[in-house]
Amino acid sequence: MTTVETPVGASKTMVLNMGPQHPSTHGVLRVLLELDGENVVSAVPDLGYLHTGIEKSCEDKTYSQAITLTDRIDYLNPLGNNLVYCLAVEKLLDLQVPKRAQYIRVMLVELQRISSHLVWLGTHALDMGAMSVMLYCFREREEILKIFERFTGQRMMTSFIRIGGLALQPPAGWREMVKRFLDMMPARIDEYESLLTENRIWQGRLKGVGYLSAETLINLSTTGPGLRAAGVAYDNRKAFPYSSYEEFDFNVPTRTESDCFARYLVRVAEMRESLKIVRQAMDKITDQGDFKADAPGIVPPEREKMKTEMEALIYHFKIFTEGFSPPPGEAFATVESPRGELGCFVASDGSPKPLRVHFRGPSFINLQALPDMVKGQLIADTVACIGTIDIVLGEVDR
Amino acid sequence: MTQLANANANVVVEQLKAWNAQAVSQVIGHRGETTIVVPRELLRMAAQQCRDNPALKFNLLSDVTCVDRFPIEPRFELNYQLVSLERRDRVRLRTSVSAEHPVVDSLVAVWAGANWLEREVFDLFGIQFEGHPDLRRILLPDGFEGYPLRRDFPVEGKR
Repeated sequence: MTTVETPVGASKTMVLNMGPQHPSTHGVLRVLLELDGENVVSAVPDLGYLHTGIEKSCEDKTYSQAITLTDRIDYLNPLGNNLVYCLAVEKLLDLQVPKRAQYIRVMLVELQRISSHLVWLGTHALDMGAMSVMLYCFREREEILKIFERFTGQRMMTSFIRIGGLALQPPAGWREMVKRFLDMMPARIDEYESLLTENRIWQGRLKGVGYLSAETLINLSTTGPGLRAAGVAYDNRKAFPYSSYEEFDFNVPTRTESDCFARYLVRVAEMRESLKIVRQAMDKITDQGDFKADAPGIVPPEREKMKTEMEALIYHFKIFTEGFSPPPGEAFATVESPRGELGCFVASDGSPKPLRVHFRGPSFINLQALPDMVKGQLIADTVACIGTIDIVLGEVDR
Repeated sequence: MTQLANANANVVVEQLKAWNAQAVSQVIGHRGETTIVVPRELLRMAAQQCRDNPALKFNLLSDVTCVDRFPIEPRFELNYQLVSLERRDRVRLRTSVSAEHPVVDSLVAVWAGANWLEREVFDLFGIQFEGHPDLRRILLPDGFEGYPLRRDFPVEGKR
């Protein structure tokens, strides 16, 4: 049983249980708070309420079947999860993805980043009491979900990024949809900033709260906006570029104060940078071209070919029944998720099912910093800190 | 991945060998990634070297994973993903432990972030991390029996 021991005689402190059912833990997170009045003496997170054994389940599926499981890990970033898993498997296979497919991947993943930050901002503001921001953020997010639905058929659990490319060609009329979103969005972000950035209450709740030095954060393996708000400009898209990110022109926003307010500013700036990337990607994507690699036996053939050519039919059959077998070895791919460094470690033993799939979830690892972040602060600050780390429990627990 | 990830791989191998020739039992280069196999007893010191050596500066421990190679011995293969933020470099340290004695040194003293990562490996595989300040289950309920991610544990679970 996860407990906090209070020494006999030290009756000043009280242990308060926060969660797993709680409006501000952003999911099923349980935190045991040892309190001295309103001040937090220690905070002990208790995890596992959303543990569904995704990594174990992946071992029982073929490599392509496992993609549908990856959507559900960080459920605010399904395309990012798909991408990191596919990058790892493509590495194992030494499979090159056509440029056009890479650009579409980048565009979709950046739209996903914006939608994830919108949820973060909406829920964080809601926790702090700025309730109307929540509805504004979700209104914009609806537009992104509509774009995903047009592309993939799904609003959230898209499974659109597949091994070797994408599941389908971009749909007719996608350019108009994305352009309309890009034209509308900058003014909306300005709107959120006008409500929050100069707001005395917002600043009062967040400035100086949850400070941790860059050195402590690196030591605790924190990555993502939390680390960038401490002045460390580490972003996988720039440091270890993947999926053609080296061809895009964008900045990595950083701050130095390393408190909740700095992390807010970093994430809002990241939304603006993502809009830039989406616009560039839209210009790079040609109307005609490949959306997946030409790798018979690994990447399924076009449906028309499968219905008319014998070879294609056989490849299709083999891929969807037995699956393909990458050569034995291991690969570790990383992407920059909205929460930090999202990694996928895949080990192959030469069989059609992976030997081991492991996800380096930034939410899980960043949450480790919570006890240090809240020590000595108020309970209300605990809510701010949990929000500022930006956790998704699916990724914490898997 | 990119050329960057592998270009400096030799630096790591060189430096580790120069520090202690026995620290590097094997070097695997596959798909642009470098894996350095380290004997179990030298893991903690090698990790410390990777962090403190000014030519290496692996200050971020990105991930700790375990692969169960059952029925091959040594059964459990531990993989440590390291990142050097300053040098923009990655490397993987690997060590293996047997089924009868699945014990390895904890790296919490080297990188504080190893705390939860090692707890997860303990929880799901049953590897004992010597020197870990708080080695207990993290994802599964405290009373859970067994180590589910081992290959001999059924995916449907035990009743």
